[in-house]
Amino acid sequence: MIDRNDPYFWSDLLDTILKGAGETSYTVGLSLLFTVLFGLAAGVLLVTTESGGLLAKLFGSRALGFAVNRVLDVVVNIGRSVPFIILMILLIPFTRLLVGSFIGPTAAIVPLTIAGIPFFARLVEIGIREVPVGLVEAAQSLGASRWTILTKVMVAEAVPALALGLSTTVVGLIGYSAMVGAVGGGGLGDVAFRYGYQRYSPEYMFGVVILLVLLVQVFQSLGNFAARRLSHR
Amino acid sequence: MISVSQVSKSYGSGPTAVQALDGVTLSVGRGEIFGVVGQSGAGKSTLIRTINSLELPDSGSVNVDGREMTTLSGAELREARHNIGMIFQHFNLLSSRTVQANVELSLEITGAGRAARRTRALEILELVGLHGKASAYPAQLSGGQKQRVGIARALASNPSVLLSDEATSALDPETTRQILDLIRKLSKDLGLTVLLITHEMDVVKRICDSAAVMSGGRILEQGPVEQLLATEKSLLGQALFPMGEIPETPSAIVDITFSGVKTDRPVIAQLARKHGIDVGILGAAVETIRGLQTGRTRLELPGDERTVAAAVADLRSQGLFVEVVK
Repeated sequence: MIDRNDPYFWSDLLDTILKGAGETSYTVGLSLLFTVLFGLAAGVLLVTTESGGLLAKLFGSRALGFAVNRVLDVVVNIGRSVPFIILMILLIPFTRLLVGSFIGPTAAIVPLTIAGIPFFARLVEIGIREVPVGLVEAAQSLGASRWTILTKVMVAEAVPALALGLSTTVVGLIGYSAMVGAVGGGGLGDVAFRYGYQRYSPEYMFGVVILLVLLVQVFQSLGNFAARRLSHR
Repeated sequence: MISVSQVSKSYGSGPTAVQALDGVTLSVGRGEIFGVVGQSGAGKSTLIRTINSLELPDSGSVNVDGREMTTLSGAELREARHNIGMIFQHFNLLSSRTVQANVELSLEITGAGRAARRTRALEILELVGLHGKASAYPAQLSGGQKQRVGIARALASNPSVLLSDEATSALDPETTRQILDLIRKLSKDLGLTVLLITHEMDVVKRICDSAAVMSGGRILEQGPVEQLLATEKSLLGQALFPMGEIPETPSAIVDITFSGVKTDRPVIAQLARKHGIDVGILGAAVETIRGLQTGRTRLELPGDERTVAAAVADLRSQGLFVEVVK
């Protein structure tokens, strides 16, 4: 139990929560970076390696395109179906191999990224599927290469949908990061768990919750705003 | 300019297979506007897509401007496509790009520099009548304006062939006319060869030099429009001048097709006077075909065989196309 009459109670609370918020930003920020990089690639591949897709023949091989498509689909489904708390534990050896430890904000990036990639990949897939096939055909008729079609047509036209997908992913990652916090990943989840729950302080608990609500609001609004501004439909 | 020879293509296999193209052969001359008409499912779309290899035929050859398209791939194919512009029923413009940037896409693909792209895009936009719309987004344009952007994009890289895939089918009649006139004008000014597919007879009437009628993956007839109209049992003739059912009558029935100056001669009155036939008019239609008044009249000619034969010979000697229907 924390002494509420301690003259430093509120400034300690502020310091602790801000430190937690800093750690959360670091963890979520880096996880997001990797999630976007790999998730975008995976999402684009999921759509384009389908039979009849732009990359159905990958590096000149139809078999390779098909294999990539099936493997990606299964991997993404597995990633999406394993509950995050279990995924986190399953990944401990891998995390330790990668960053040398499985505790702390840096270690938390690994399970967050692994959970984020399939999540974002599905959202990318949905966004890219909404690009009319006629646009791809038009670019082909102009003699565009597959890379040009991928970047300048499929991804470029899906940007508003990708912005929405991105904000949804950020919100998801913030949620997961709180879970990592509870098992030693630092951040706001850690603060809420150790101070709010274990040491019985409603002030810490509510402080964290209010900050999380605010963060989610801000990111969702940013995403909506960006999608509106980027869409010229 | 375009020469398609014995091209076949089918989709699927076994009992559900669909023969989209069945031994199609056609040829389009340089600078010509060639229209392929037919109902949906006739194979027109597949045909036009084989010209720029968006569809690869199962067999046969497609030659455009001296290049065999069916054997090209990779960079060679992309290079050949720079010479073949294409416009679409639903325009297929990028919604994320302005009008100018849509046109510039074509030039980005051919590798033009930034300044050259801008100059060429504005020049071609002027040419299609979209001056001042360069920074608008496609969503802010009308259907006709969108198709103008489509045309500008297709022509930005100076192709010698334009393929039109039902380009006016989503437009209202007035806009359709404007777009067709634009295509005609560009074809003339730039020496562009145009192959278009459509299900609208109006398109053929307005701009086509030659036409082909397609059904079930086969070409049923093809040739210059005037020549088809002067061909017995021409499907194009029947479609342009629908005369309805042949009535039950003992008399002979003939269709007379006339065009241009011949329209103002009193053909029927002369026929009655000279051959003593009580001519009956069963049907008539007049169309403006490529700016020329062209008409077809269905006449009932009572009388014995010899009188009718003499009358028909007389009409033919006046340069009219006469088809004895019954």
